Amino acid sequence: MRRLFFFMPLAVFAVLAVYFALGLGMDPKIIPSALIDKPVPQFTLPPIDGGAKQGFSDAELKGRVSVINVFASWCIPCKAEHPLITRLAGMGVATVYGLNYKDEAADALKWLTNLGDPYHRIGADRDGRVGIDWGVYGVPETFVVDAQGRIHHKHVGPLTQKSLEGELLPIIRTLSQ
Amino acid sequence: MRAAFVLVLLLMAATPAGAVLPDEMLADPVLEARARDISKNLRCLVCQNQSIDDSDAGLARDLRVIVRERLVAGDSDSAVVDFVVDRYGDFVLLNPPFKATTYVLWIGPVVIGTFGLLAVVVFFRRRHATASGEAPAPLSDEEKKRLDALIEDRSE
Repeated sequence: MRRLFFFMPLAVFAVLAVYFALGLGMDPKIIPSALIDKPVPQFTLPPIDGGAKQGFSDAELKGRVSVINVFASWCIPCKAEHPLITRLAGMGVATVYGLNYKDEAADALKWLTNLGDPYHRIGADRDGRVGIDWGVYGVPETFVVDAQGRIHHKHVGPLTQKSLEGELLPIIRTLSQ
Repeated sequence: MRAAFVLVLLLMAATPAGAVLPDEMLADPVLEARARDISKNLRCLVCQNQSIDDSDAGLARDLRVIVRERLVAGDSDSAVVDFVVDRYGDFVLLNPPFKATTYVLWIGPVVIGTFGLLAVVVFFRRRHATASGEAPAPLSDEEKKRLDALIEDRSE
């Protein structure tokens, strides 16, 4: 019994080491969304000024699984994830909406012309108010919403092939069943 | 000299202004003071260890403006805080609430501290007991024989 006592510090260290090792793999910048499993907030977004695509509102997000991608032309990681958004939209598994966050209309349109426009509809959130209702704190962010208009998943930061195939697509598949 | 003294006094009297810009401020000083108090306890999610009152980030400014709008609309302080928490979660509160998910956070240090204190008390009690307490038990015949043998061993 006494001897076991001497191993206490080692045991405490081992427990701490496990916690710290797990902590190393976590990104403190990623904050869990408060909106998971909640219905999407009410909003109506106008189209980008001078753009060809319509804007959208929460009503459109019902009836089919949808993906809402928050992007801006001033956001460099958005450019990095753009091919993956295009790929996701091309797969046709979910309707992909764009939420153009605090952007100048001309810049946004130029960005879409240069890189391609994968979105079904694009809403312009000029003052970022709708973004705040969605709990957006960094661009890009990507939400998965089910056919009932409930938010199921939020990805913060640029999508990667790994997060698209490992996170988003499985969730979309489950929701589509 | 006197001018320098007055200047120092004036500088000491100045309160930190945070990141609040003049165009955000409310005309009503009472509402503005409430807005400042609320903002000081709301975390800026972009630069996580600053409050929105301190942060120059665009989102912090947006949230400061929203806090003021809600106050002007007649919301209570807690309603304003709830408005932000509904969107961003408890993480935005720089002072975390006491509830099921945060019990470990609030009670953990007390529990660990109590254990440590107990361990220290037990350690010193025992040491005190052996230092001033009864003499150790006398050697048994067996032990005496072994000791004698060891001493002889060395003297050879």
